[in-house]
Amino acid sequence: MKANTQMFIEKASLVSARVHRVKDMASALSFSIDLCRSKLPCEPQMAVEQISGSGGKEISLSRERVRIIAAPNLDENDFARLAQGCGKTKDILSIRENLRDYPGGIDMGVTLMDFGIAETGTLVLNSDSEDTRLSTMLCEIHVAILETSKIRETVLSMADELNEMIKQPSSYTAFITGASRTADIERVLALGVHGPLELVILLVEA
Amino acid sequence: MRTEESLTEYKYRLDTALENPFLRTAMDNFAVAYRASRETAFSGMDVDAMIQEVARIKAAAIKNNEALLAEFIKKAKKTGVHVHLADTAEDANRIIGEIARNTGSKRIVKSKSMTAEEIHLNKWLENLGLEVTETDLGEWIVQLRHEGPSHMVMPAIHLSRFQVADLFTQVTGKDQAAEIERLVKVARKQLREKYVRADMGITGANYAVAATGTLGIVTNEGNARLVSTLPRVHVALVGIDKLLPTLHSALSINRVLPKNATGQAITSYVTWITGPSECKTVTDNKREMHIVFLDNGRKKIAQDPVFAQVLQCVRCGACANVCPVYRMVGGHQMGYVYIGAIGLITTYFFHGREHARNLVQNCTNCGACKAVCAGGIDLPKLIKEIHARIQDEDGHPLKSLLLGKVLKNRKLFHTLLRTAKLAQKPVTGGTPFLRHLPMIFSKEHNFRVLPAITEIPFRDRFEKLSQPIKTPSHKIALFSGCVQDFVYPEQLEAAMKLFARTNVRVSFPMGQSCCGLPALMMGEKSAARDVALQNLAAFENEDVDYIVTLCASCGSHLKNSLPSLVQDYAPDKAAVFAKKIIPFSQFMNQVVGVKPIAGKGRKTAFHSPCHLCRGLGVRKDPKEMINTSGNRYVETREEETCCGFGGSFSVNFPAVSNEILTKKLEDVQTSGADLLVTECPGCVMQLRGGALKQNRDITVIHLSELF
Repeated sequence: MKANTQMFIEKASLVSARVHRVKDMASALSFSIDLCRSKLPCEPQMAVEQISGSGGKEISLSRERVRIIAAPNLDENDFARLAQGCGKTKDILSIRENLRDYPGGIDMGVTLMDFGIAETGTLVLNSDSEDTRLSTMLCEIHVAILETSKIRETVLSMADELNEMIKQPSSYTAFITGASRTADIERVLALGVHGPLELVILLVEA
Repeated sequence: MRTEESLTEYKYRLDTALENPFLRTAMDNFAVAYRASRETAFSGMDVDAMIQEVARIKAAAIKNNEALLAEFIKKAKKTGVHVHLADTAEDANRIIGEIARNTGSKRIVKSKSMTAEEIHLNKWLENLGLEVTETDLGEWIVQLRHEGPSHMVMPAIHLSRFQVADLFTQVTGKDQAAEIERLVKVARKQLREKYVRADMGITGANYAVAATGTLGIVTNEGNARLVSTLPRVHVALVGIDKLLPTLHSALSINRVLPKNATGQAITSYVTWITGPSECKTVTDNKREMHIVFLDNGRKKIAQDPVFAQVLQCVRCGACANVCPVYRMVGGHQMGYVYIGAIGLITTYFFHGREHARNLVQNCTNCGACKAVCAGGIDLPKLIKEIHARIQDEDGHPLKSLLLGKVLKNRKLFHTLLRTAKLAQKPVTGGTPFLRHLPMIFSKEHNFRVLPAITEIPFRDRFEKLSQPIKTPSHKIALFSGCVQDFVYPEQLEAAMKLFARTNVRVSFPMGQSCCGLPALMMGEKSAARDVALQNLAAFENEDVDYIVTLCASCGSHLKNSLPSLVQDYAPDKAAVFAKKIIPFSQFMNQVVGVKPIAGKGRKTAFHSPCHLCRGLGVRKDPKEMINTSGNRYVETREEETCCGFGGSFSVNFPAVSNEILTKKLEDVQTSGADLLVTECPGCVMQLRGGALKQNRDITVIHLSELF
């Protein structure tokens, strides 16, 4: 298992993911909050008036330099802990649903991953829920929390586990390896063309 | 969309591309970088075995296509997906147009799909008054420029950052600096709004897993995820060739696809979608999802014994990445919609022979594509098959018809060559080179000095050269090929001396003729078969262990292509014959084991003929032989890249051939060698002629002439 974790870290780092080891979920959450606080508020991708629906208010918040963390797939307890941490100084808004109303940008998505694949440094996420999916797409920084016991050596060795995920109706399963990238202009690598500009992986010993 | 163009117009387009300095530099850098990153991505892995596995999975899926489609539809319908079958491009366009109408969709966002390019979907939808936005950065750029992609994976590789900056300045109405990082952010912002406002998202798919009714989509940018998440309707357009039995089979292919495409271990995102996913803007929280399966000729290809393997393509684009012609002229000149070697083939099937006729000739037959193909497709062979098929349908042009007729009759062919020797006298001025080309050649062929036909062909010299050997170490027959027989007999003479010195008994069957490759290259398959049968007959009664050839192209053709050409005529004879074929360097180095001799110790570069390294898999023997000859082998950049000869290729496309040649000669000079050795008379002709014409201080000889 140690070897898998080592390989996972090595391969994920190769695709410019930042990998940190943390001792438990609580530290993962406080790490995320600190990181969010230290980043510049996200650059609005859309003007408020362009958006229909209920999102106007929140977007204007982001204009007032309030940062947003979206964490839709954390359980009640963990989300409450996150919200508490964010709420202390009221400079970070924590949300867990209707992410669609924030297309202009979310500072950080925090998601709990289902599996890791060591051979490629890949994260596997059941994102059947629209909000979970969007938390990995609309943010500037994506913080992926992964328990080390969930790391498998190769993709083929876990084909059965993956098959269980994809055979559910309305299943949307994502393999995520590094941040959103493109080399479409002069083959120069650039991160964050549509999705996250940055991927941070927090490995929780478990 | 282009209307049918003539060969002359096509060549004009090639020449224009050759004069585009940005394109040339971009392509050169890419060609070199791609090979390195592919090698890194596969390091420590058994690439060949992985590719064979992909080929096996795809071939089985193609055979079982109908059952897989039925199973997929059953599973997908259970999840609530609407599945449509489109026989033709027009059917698919109409179906998708109707879905847009029925769902009241006005704005559409698209992720990258070559299948959508294949059916010209955007044009159709735009004609219906719909707004279609490509969201893959490269596709968006080419869409804004109203052109097609120039590479299957990197659609805008032909454009510079400055061109993109100008374009984005126009689009945003604000000055945009030519900084890539910033330009990418401009796209991020511009496209975000498109996603949010879109009613419908269109994607392709890389895999359609029948067992679960799942689509697999491979992307780097993550745009397909947004396209299939924000809009309330998702339409996936999928070729039926993408069907696979299980997730496991898709995962196996996905271990190869990204490594082969861009040298990435895996792409940033791989998305697996089973049925309509949650969409919070619609009443029952379920997106409306449609899958349109496209045939457009695929079923017919699947049933074709020769061409079925075309469907093993996984659209990685590697065949373009390594193609020496693609590198010179770029994707718009090297495909119609599909680019690269596979594009030369599929254009015929998907878009008709009028679009394939010129393209299919633009191949040097170097085999670089076959060597990297993720689906294990014999691309060069299929390109020649298409060429032959087009000529059978169109009628054969006079030039190739004549060649075919002449080749079929060895005596006539050889008489003509002997006569040509006399006819050329006025133009050679008594030198061994054709300094002024005969009138039939246009000026553009003057990029290399062509050799003259010899006074006395090798076949007339053989008897004198042949020495009786009582207790031979080995018994061989020599296959000379036309070029060495009639142009460079000295290369064979040098080999004869080495054979004599090592006690090798040589026979030279006089009934041997052209190997048949030139006929095949010109689309004359029946002539190629005729000469193959003549050659089989000529060597049939020879009591020899090996048939040695000093021409890599002949060797590769005789060993690899001849058996399939005559499989309905003389399969057993062909198998025996092919097994005996061995290139000169391999025979001398491995079978005879020539002892090193004292030599001049000259720094010697080696040009690895395409048909030797890739065709026959011989790589180290000629280099070891260089050292055996008492000279010193030095490595050259891109040693295994084509010299641009390609037989009739260099006659049909002299400008492209010349550019490939020039690059080669520059690489040799950079290596510091002044002697360039190769093992194919075609390569000698190209390289020596180029070195002379360009006044480069490089002596070009055949490996045999080192001894």
